[in-house]
Amino acid sequence: MSLRLHQIRLPLASFTLEVDVTFDQPIAGIFGPSGAGKTSLLDLIAGLRRPVAGTVQIENETIFEAGSRLNLPPRLRRIGYVPQDLALFPHLNVRANLVYGYQSGVPENELFSLGHVAEVMEIAHLFERNVTTLSGGEQQRVAFSRAILSAPRLLLLDEPMSSLDLRLKERLIPFLLRIRDEFRIPLVYVTHHAGELSALCDEVIVLERGQFTARGAPPDVLAP
Amino acid sequence: MTGEAWQIVFFTIQVSALSTLLILPVGIVIAWLMARRDWPGKAVLETVVMLPLFVPPVATGLVLLMLFGRHGPLGSILQNGFGIDIVFTWRAVVLACAMMSFPLLVRTAQSAFQEVNPRFEDIARTLGASEWRVFGTITLPLALRGIVAGAVLAFARALGEFGATAVVAGMIPGKTMTISLSIYQNIQLGHDAAALPLLFVSIGIVFITVFCGQIISKRKRPV
Repeated sequence: MSLRLHQIRLPLASFTLEVDVTFDQPIAGIFGPSGAGKTSLLDLIAGLRRPVAGTVQIENETIFEAGSRLNLPPRLRRIGYVPQDLALFPHLNVRANLVYGYQSGVPENELFSLGHVAEVMEIAHLFERNVTTLSGGEQQRVAFSRAILSAPRLLLLDEPMSSLDLRLKERLIPFLLRIRDEFRIPLVYVTHHAGELSALCDEVIVLERGQFTARGAPPDVLAP
Repeated sequence: MTGEAWQIVFFTIQVSALSTLLILPVGIVIAWLMARRDWPGKAVLETVVMLPLFVPPVATGLVLLMLFGRHGPLGSILQNGFGIDIVFTWRAVVLACAMMSFPLLVRTAQSAFQEVNPRFEDIARTLGASEWRVFGTITLPLALRGIVAGAVLAFARALGEFGATAVVAGMIPGKTMTISLSIYQNIQLGHDAAALPLLFVSIGIVFITVFCGQIISKRKRPV
């Protein structure tokens, strides 16, 4: 993955998010306390918030540039996003949620076919269920799968396991690794739980009040 | 009830339904704009939309009369351009009902749109959906119960409309006479007994309509 955030500035309620960083790991971990600006950071990468300054580039394509007013809309960025509350569409069943962003014309579409994704993520038996009747772990896998099926070139995960207990978290981590290995989608994984990052990432960046304050291997950066 | 009274009941239901259908698309668009967009003059439009709720209905009727009368700015265009008369016809009844019930529809639909979690719309955009698709497949279906409840309230308000209708449509038997107008006319003429059946039918229809609206608006959304 190559995601570059160059001299980004985004004013928030009590501080300004200011970052200048390049992500080049298959899973980029961002660690920070609540209110550090993590969700705002993902929002601006996805195109849901507009910084006042800076440039966002993915795979050498500029998708946002404040100076030239270039701002690719979210629907054209091909960046998947699984928010903290998952945002599964409550009026649609699992199948309709999954195919909402299904991109039929993308290359290697066999890899991103409904059947293949459902098999890898073990959700094929849930297709006709209402999303509100799913367990927490099932909802998580459906949300991941919906994002995968849009064939994104990058997947943003905002504290995707914050509502799960430790046992369910341990069961979900292999699914996240499958996203990386089977679908070869790079991830930006945001959380304030150090344990999840240790299990998933080779490198972690620490975000505090809108600034990156440390970067390195999880044992070094996340040490108490 | 006499045949004439039943004709009045059916006419009232017809014009109320027609006025509700007419304001529905415009009301939905304005409610969505108010709930989801900021633009200069938004507060002014919000106030204008709410005016018929607070201005005396007779005054609203007078405004309509001035606008849609044969010599009014809109009435003359309709008359000269299309040969359409508005005032003192059934169209005036529909117009008055639409004007008076519009704020109820917009207010309720606006609340319904505001209750839709914007995160659903955001995520739909990241999944490749255009703004039209987001509206049609996410926003509208999730706000639908509130919009239907608003339409039901608007219909109920139209059923009972009196003041504006009396001014702009008059009380012409067989032409513009609604339940409210007929009750009033019967009382004025001392025919209280003739007004009673219409009174009970009127209460019955409004009760059923509002009751259905309450059920629809209170049904839990599958979130």
